[in-house]
Amino acid sequence: MENYTSREMMTIVAAREIKDDDIVFCGTGMSMLAAMAAKHISAPRSIIFFETGPIDPVLKELPLAVADSRTMYNSCVTGGLIDAFNTMQNKITGDHVVGIVGAAQIDKYGNLNSTVIGDYDKPDVRFAGSGGACDVASFVPRSIIFMQQEKKKFVKNLDYMTSPGHLTGGESRKVSGLRQGGPTSVITNMAMFKFDEFTKEMYLAGYFPEITTGRILENMEFEVDISRAREISPPTNGELKILRNICDPQKLVL
Amino acid sequence: MASFELIIIEIQCDMNLEKTKTMSMEEAIGQYVKDGSHISMGGFTINRVPMAAVHEIMRQRIKQLHLYVHSNGQGVDELIGAGCVSKIEIAYGGNGKFASTGIRFRKAIQDGTLKCEDYSNYQMMLRFLAGAMGVPFLPTLSSFGTDIIEKWGFPKDVREHDPKIPNKKLIVTENPFDNWMEASKVVLVPAIQTDVTIIHVQQADSHGTVRIRGANFGCIEQAKSARHVIVTCEELVNEEELRKCPDHNQIPFFCVDAVVLVPHGAYPTACYGYYDYDPVFLKNYATYAQNDARYREYLDKYIYNIKSHSEFIELNGGKKRLEAIKADAAAGYRLGLKRN
Repeated sequence: MENYTSREMMTIVAAREIKDDDIVFCGTGMSMLAAMAAKHISAPRSIIFFETGPIDPVLKELPLAVADSRTMYNSCVTGGLIDAFNTMQNKITGDHVVGIVGAAQIDKYGNLNSTVIGDYDKPDVRFAGSGGACDVASFVPRSIIFMQQEKKKFVKNLDYMTSPGHLTGGESRKVSGLRQGGPTSVITNMAMFKFDEFTKEMYLAGYFPEITTGRILENMEFEVDISRAREISPPTNGELKILRNICDPQKLVL
Repeated sequence: MASFELIIIEIQCDMNLEKTKTMSMEEAIGQYVKDGSHISMGGFTINRVPMAAVHEIMRQRIKQLHLYVHSNGQGVDELIGAGCVSKIEIAYGGNGKFASTGIRFRKAIQDGTLKCEDYSNYQMMLRFLAGAMGVPFLPTLSSFGTDIIEKWGFPKDVREHDPKIPNKKLIVTENPFDNWMEASKVVLVPAIQTDVTIIHVQQADSHGTVRIRGANFGCIEQAKSARHVIVTCEELVNEEELRKCPDHNQIPFFCVDAVVLVPHGAYPTACYGYYDYDPVFLKNYATYAQNDARYREYLDKYIYNIKSHSEFIELNGGKKRLEAIKADAAAGYRLGLKRN
């Protein structure tokens, strides 16, 4: 078994969540890399698409933004933002979409903050904002969230809710007017979390090799159920080879 | 397009083969962008951002702009950095991997010098589309339960005193068609109609008909929701040439007021089919943007002390640099460009 980094592990764990015929909505960075890896490893018939418009491009090189011209090469249509978000809001197509997003803060229902730390009117730290994250989180039945496992990121109360997860749990998504669905997995540098079918609360589904559940809990502000957690198998040599040699040979993200 | 009267004039212009909308960047910005104008710009983060026009706005020291964008990085960051913008309505202010949050954008909001109102990308696009359609709002199912609905950037009194801002950020209401389309509620987002929209495109003719290649982002809706449109282009082509394949064109001439030929006009951002973004510049920019004194140096050296976009490119390595980022004809970007 080769050595691997936590970023490589995170990317492969996310890639394994993507299935054939999924339409994968990608953000920048690891999210794109995971979608590329899935296409080469487990889901060759998955379709990558970007909020900027392009659908199913050949990614010869890793794009560094969703507007990178690399997202357009050999795509079936290049389109624009309106088309891209229509595809997700419209249930006929939207029900096939899997979102992959990241954020600065997450709470136990998978609600996300990517806007501010502190008060909205006079923030301590300002981030880029929603982009398309709130839209994808509102519309699609499944989404994967990348997070760093840190106490200040897994918080009891978000400073600002940019993107809806399961809101306050149970049926609250439906009551609010949102589509059913919401986040399905949270992948960090230590673990993978999922959401309970009924309460919609986050639980620990798996931990990375050599990471204890105690260490994971130390790095979050709220408690989660750990009774369903299992060790996640590390990336295989074959998976690592594809990730390093085909997806990101320039080491732009890894 | 200002009025019906203007349409008549444009038709008359069309009859006059000598009279065109082409002008210099200095004239186009000087004529259409004023202190306090409500403007939007096209492109997306690091692609097809009208940077030559942005730099001219900075050079003309235009102030108090009200800026509308969906996702924009380099253009937003520089306009804010130069103190041109007082209010912004935005979904995302960043440059992807080059700056996950725009550095001057972040600083201006944290310092309280910029008032910001947040929407999602789809909501900003629906607002431009509503403006293009001429309707007051459009509905969406995005953002229920979030702070995009709860937290407003512009308080009520600011809204009441500014006739150019709608009286509400957005409205959540019951679906007036009951549960039709399986939606119990809708979010209504208000239309945007700007004084001027600036887009950079691959090709245009002298009357203003536009051909965009690659993703159009939101440029079509942004242009069609504006009273005036400035088009900056890589190539000025004959009208007959564009009309041979009209299905490849997106914006009709009568929407456009000014056409400015400015090759590499999106540099340092990319232009699909023509050139890539410049990773060297984008990284250098980040080092200038981190520090106020350094940023003043940047503005003096790269904007105020020069006169044109070609001088800006010259300062960044000129022909040699352009050769390094020139797009591969088939790929649309520079294959193997050093990006780390």
